[in-house]
Amino acid sequence: MPNWYARITGVGSSLRQALVIPALALLSALVIAAFIIAVTDVDTLPIWGTDPGEAFRLTIGGIGDAYKALFVGSFGSVRAITETLFAATPLIFAGLAVAVGFQAGLFNIGVNGQMHIGGMAALWVGFSIAAPAIIHIPLAILAAIAGGALWGGIAGLLRARTGAHEVITTIMLNFIALFLVDYLLKTTVFQQPGRNDPISQKAASTAEFPTLIGDYRVQIGFLIALAAVGAVWWLMYRSTIGFEFRAVGSNPDGGKYAGINVAWIYVTVMAVSGALGGIAGANQILGLEPYRGISNFAGTIGFDAIALALLGRSHPVGVLFAGLLFGALRAGGREMQGAAGIPIDLVLVVQALVIVFIAAPSLVRAIYRIKTPEQEGGTTFSKGWGA
Amino acid sequence: MKLELKGITKQFPGVLANDNVNLSVAEGEIVALLGENGAGKSTLMNILYGLYTPTSGEVLIDDKPLELHSPGDAIAAGIGMVHQHFMLVPVFTVAENVILGDEPTKRIGWLDARRARKMVKEISGRYSLDVDPDAIIEDLPVGIEQRVEIIKVLAREARFVVFDEPTSVLTPTEVEGFFEIVAGLKADGKGIIFISHKLGEALEIADRIVIMRRGKTVAEVLPEEVDEEKLAELMVGRPVDLVVHREKAKPADVVLSVENLVVLDDRTQRAVDGLSFEVRAGEIVGIAGVQGNGQTELVESLTGLRTSLGGVVRLNGEDITTKSPRAIHKRNVAHVPEDRQRSGLVLPFTVTENIVLDSYYEAPVSRGVQMNWGAARDRAVRLVEEYDVRTPSVDVLVSTLSGGNQQKVIVAREFDRDVALVIASQPTRGIDVGSIEYIHSRIVQERDNQSAVLIVSSELDEILALSDRILVMFEGKIAGEFDSSATPTEIGLAMLGSQGGLEAS
Amino acid sequence: MTATATPAKADVKTRATPAERRATVIGTVMVLLAVFVFWVFGLGLESGVRSTFNLSLPGERFQNLVWEVNAQWLSFVVAAIMAFLGGLVLRRSHVKWTNLALAIGLGLFALGFLTWAAAEGSFSLVGMLRSTVLLSVPVTLGALSGLMCERVAVINIAIEGQLLTAAFVGTILGSAWGIWAGLIGAMVTGALLGAVLAVLSIRYRVDQIIAGVVINIFALGLTSFLARRVLSQAPELNSPGRFTSIKIPILGDIPVIGTMFFDHNVFVYAMFLLVIALHFGLFYTRWGLRSRSVGEHPKAADTVGINVYRVRYRNVILGGVIAGFGGAFLTLAQVSRFEENLTAGIGFIGLAAMIFGRWRPFGVLGAGLVFGFARALQQKLGILGTPIPSEFLSMTPYIVTIIVVAGVVGRARPPAADGQPYIKD
Repeated sequence: MPNWYARITGVGSSLRQALVIPALALLSALVIAAFIIAVTDVDTLPIWGTDPGEAFRLTIGGIGDAYKALFVGSFGSVRAITETLFAATPLIFAGLAVAVGFQAGLFNIGVNGQMHIGGMAALWVGFSIAAPAIIHIPLAILAAIAGGALWGGIAGLLRARTGAHEVITTIMLNFIALFLVDYLLKTTVFQQPGRNDPISQKAASTAEFPTLIGDYRVQIGFLIALAAVGAVWWLMYRSTIGFEFRAVGSNPDGGKYAGINVAWIYVTVMAVSGALGGIAGANQILGLEPYRGISNFAGTIGFDAIALALLGRSHPVGVLFAGLLFGALRAGGREMQGAAGIPIDLVLVVQALVIVFIAAPSLVRAIYRIKTPEQEGGTTFSKGWGA
Repeated sequence: MKLELKGITKQFPGVLANDNVNLSVAEGEIVALLGENGAGKSTLMNILYGLYTPTSGEVLIDDKPLELHSPGDAIAAGIGMVHQHFMLVPVFTVAENVILGDEPTKRIGWLDARRARKMVKEISGRYSLDVDPDAIIEDLPVGIEQRVEIIKVLAREARFVVFDEPTSVLTPTEVEGFFEIVAGLKADGKGIIFISHKLGEALEIADRIVIMRRGKTVAEVLPEEVDEEKLAELMVGRPVDLVVHREKAKPADVVLSVENLVVLDDRTQRAVDGLSFEVRAGEIVGIAGVQGNGQTELVESLTGLRTSLGGVVRLNGEDITTKSPRAIHKRNVAHVPEDRQRSGLVLPFTVTENIVLDSYYEAPVSRGVQMNWGAARDRAVRLVEEYDVRTPSVDVLVSTLSGGNQQKVIVAREFDRDVALVIASQPTRGIDVGSIEYIHSRIVQERDNQSAVLIVSSELDEILALSDRILVMFEGKIAGEFDSSATPTEIGLAMLGSQGGLEAS
Repeated sequence: MTATATPAKADVKTRATPAERRATVIGTVMVLLAVFVFWVFGLGLESGVRSTFNLSLPGERFQNLVWEVNAQWLSFVVAAIMAFLGGLVLRRSHVKWTNLALAIGLGLFALGFLTWAAAEGSFSLVGMLRSTVLLSVPVTLGALSGLMCERVAVINIAIEGQLLTAAFVGTILGSAWGIWAGLIGAMVTGALLGAVLAVLSIRYRVDQIIAGVVINIFALGLTSFLARRVLSQAPELNSPGRFTSIKIPILGDIPVIGTMFFDHNVFVYAMFLLVIALHFGLFYTRWGLRSRSVGEHPKAADTVGINVYRVRYRNVILGGVIAGFGGAFLTLAQVSRFEENLTAGIGFIGLAAMIFGRWRPFGVLGAGLVFGFARALQQKLGILGTPIPSEFLSMTPYIVTIIVVAGVVGRARPPAADGQPYIKD
């Protein structure tokens, strides 16, 4: 296995293992999803009783339509490809957030909340100040970073000082952030004058992320995401802090012995993770219509991010590719909902199935009879509830 | 009644753990099974106890082969095992632990506590194993815990009892008591297998000694025929020097001074209770004592891993009582930790990454915020060579190395700079004789370079072999101080808490 | 030979132990809260204002029980007691009673708060107490499910997903074939998801938290998908019946206590019975001893012939059944239809209750009641029309959960092998 590959990716396993398992996982997930589509086709189900042949044709046709729409919607045209990149942008940020946490042994399920707080901070900068775009946008992103870092840092601090497990605290913080956003959207500061529902003012046009190509929706957020991938890679594998993150993630006792202040690392990791989540939130407000804040604008991105990080094996480049894949699923999923009538939640199901197979490599191997590599590696999060 | 392991072979991927091993025990006989770490003794016993199935070979009682697929089968066949690391549930009582798996019950599975207690008291009385059935295991001292393990075995009417390293947690006096118990079992007609690496004990108690090396049985001798040197040679395959050669120490100034140190353990009890001692440059001070008397907490607080509650620790005159691990490390203190896999290494990291675990934040391994992996690798390559670490390369995961080589990585890392004080805790636990010799010689070398050395070990032989001065720790205090001419008996008495030796501190 | 008598502790001047430091913090907090109560509640009300607590509901045997009290005086009394307790804690003389004092102090604070909120009006205290018990059910059942699993050292993060999916199945089967069918279907669903968790974490050694999160994501996606694809087109599948309240004769007529505990639907009664059964089962039977041994020291259990894997499978699936039961409560008793993301974090609150209850059934019951109280409080304050915005009220259970988890964990000991897969080597 080429040494340069190992040096760049920091991955100790073979290229084949890094690609084969995720590919097979995706394949299995799509197969099962196809089955689910078939089984829930309420209109066709009764026909199985009377004319199985016809029912079968209809079902296969339905599945075919669905997957064709999926493909067309994600790669079938220039527009589709830009839609894929557009959808991938927030996913990449969020996936990086979770991946950074994973590397340090922390389970950040709070990207949802961090997106909300970071996004609101960016929104506020977006409509409160007047400045040329070249200042306005970086300022907004900085605000998002601060907001997200703060929200993530709270969970990190709780874990560091009290040992409260971040799985519970981040999920609670998600809900708190959700309600906080709802509240803020009804205050005079944020609310769109003349409206009664929780919707905010519009951000200034100088704060809107400029689009990249003509009329298509993909914007500089995507380029920033690429930069973030590089930055996270440098952080984890080339910086001293990244070394500390990974040491603590692999063995907190060893880290302590090495003089690393483990508590402080927990706070820092969650802050960095939260910051990335915050940028994702900023993207969701300043990167797309209507450039306003609405209730629960983060959607399911925070949870998709977990799948992303697992699929990408917590490595920034892996997250990038996983993000592109999931972006494709979303872009295609929208087409699938529109053209073939399959609710977009199916994409959630596919994602969940992918995680199941990714998280259980032995399961995939058992199904497809692949030989085991020598080492499994990877961090475990389940160390119980104590500090 | 005869128990026999015949032609046992066990193949693991890449390792032949047992190679056509033969071992037999008769009723009323004590057989000692000797071998260094990694010789295959544990594998053999796991097979006997049903935890592994042999690749080939069989286990027979009175020439009838046994089907041993689980510990339940072994127990049913009358084979009992007293494990090295006790298989006792810490939060359960003695009685609960004894009945686990074979509980006396009333209707609907309701536990019959009274019958359980009676059973424990009965066996206690018969074999002089005094213990309170309602005591909770984690409150008991280790010597008593062992009795519970033995009662467990006897409660299931074992005819053959296997003891796996039973004396590693006992004081010399407790060892005598243990031998009496074993004699009682022997008189009762039980067949006993006694696994150990303590040559003297094997000679004292066994009727026959079997020696294993690298998975094979290499010799079977009678205790009258051999002495410790011969046994060691049979165990390792070459003549072994059991004595560490060192010149007389020339202690200089005080490097480490500990005054009235008080440290709490995880259960908020005082593990270290007003401890005071000194270590000078150019001397090796050994702290002896069975595990559980506060040694772990002492080392943790000296190295900054645990906050102390009271007292003062000074390094070359400077107060380091509340300093962080890194601050202490920067003051040229080397720490070889007790649990190398948990504290000393990051197992999923490479050898290189582990070598720089203590220095990754300084030049030349890092430049400001950025790591210089080239420099790190160079250092790793140099140290692997210098400290004779057997590894295919510095880029493999350190988890693939053997215990002895892992320890050498730690020692290499810690000793590769100017060291004022060495703190080594159980430095040769669980590693092969060759690595033991190497590490001992390195420690003496540091001493001769005018470092102060503090060794904590529950292996009395190691303490006697290395130390210029010996302190005995008991219940968090110093119970005795001796010089290197002390005998194990004297030290053993101190381990029981009676003050003895040169002067009580 | 037995251990020698413990020698006297060394006489050394020491720094504060962690327990003492915690006592200082908690004591200070309590005194500050006492001042708050005095200032805001006591002085903030006009003298002579009365709060009326209704202690009976219409339709009960004993009617018109009320407790009328001078709001300001009660606030002062509460503040005084709280300050006294806080002072006791601060003096560090009885560090062990810190938790009890804190509990009493917080209870008093709640009382003071309610008095203030109900000033000049009346307030159905008994109604709120009854809601407390009712709203604690899904939390407690979730916590019991978690307890079953963690007692054999398997962390069950998937409670949320189990509740959600079971609720969904319950509503469909309940609409099609009646509430009992729905209940059984829900429990089977819970068992199935429990089996999935068990297989993933025991057989395939997937990290237990990841396995749990995966099941949750899967459950959310699947139920939302199916709700939209199937339920929206067939609304008759989303209107199951409802388990109504059954009052226990005599006991149910006792004022306050009777209404609070003995006039509920079967789920509540089953919950109490389950707590009792689990307590005795875990600590007095062979099943319990073996299960706990697997959770504390699986290697020891293995070496005495206990099949660790089988015990874990069995208990995790049982835990799933309990979670399924809780899910049925949500759609067959609490409300009578399924909505997307019906559970909204209750599964995780259940986990917090499990930790708070120190992995003991009666402790979990108590913890569940505390959370139930938080939820009931949130509802009540919404109705009372306090100046606090509704969004902040909605946050209450989640904030309480964080405080509980931060304050309790690390001091409570989970089963020793919690979270670690058992590998027979």
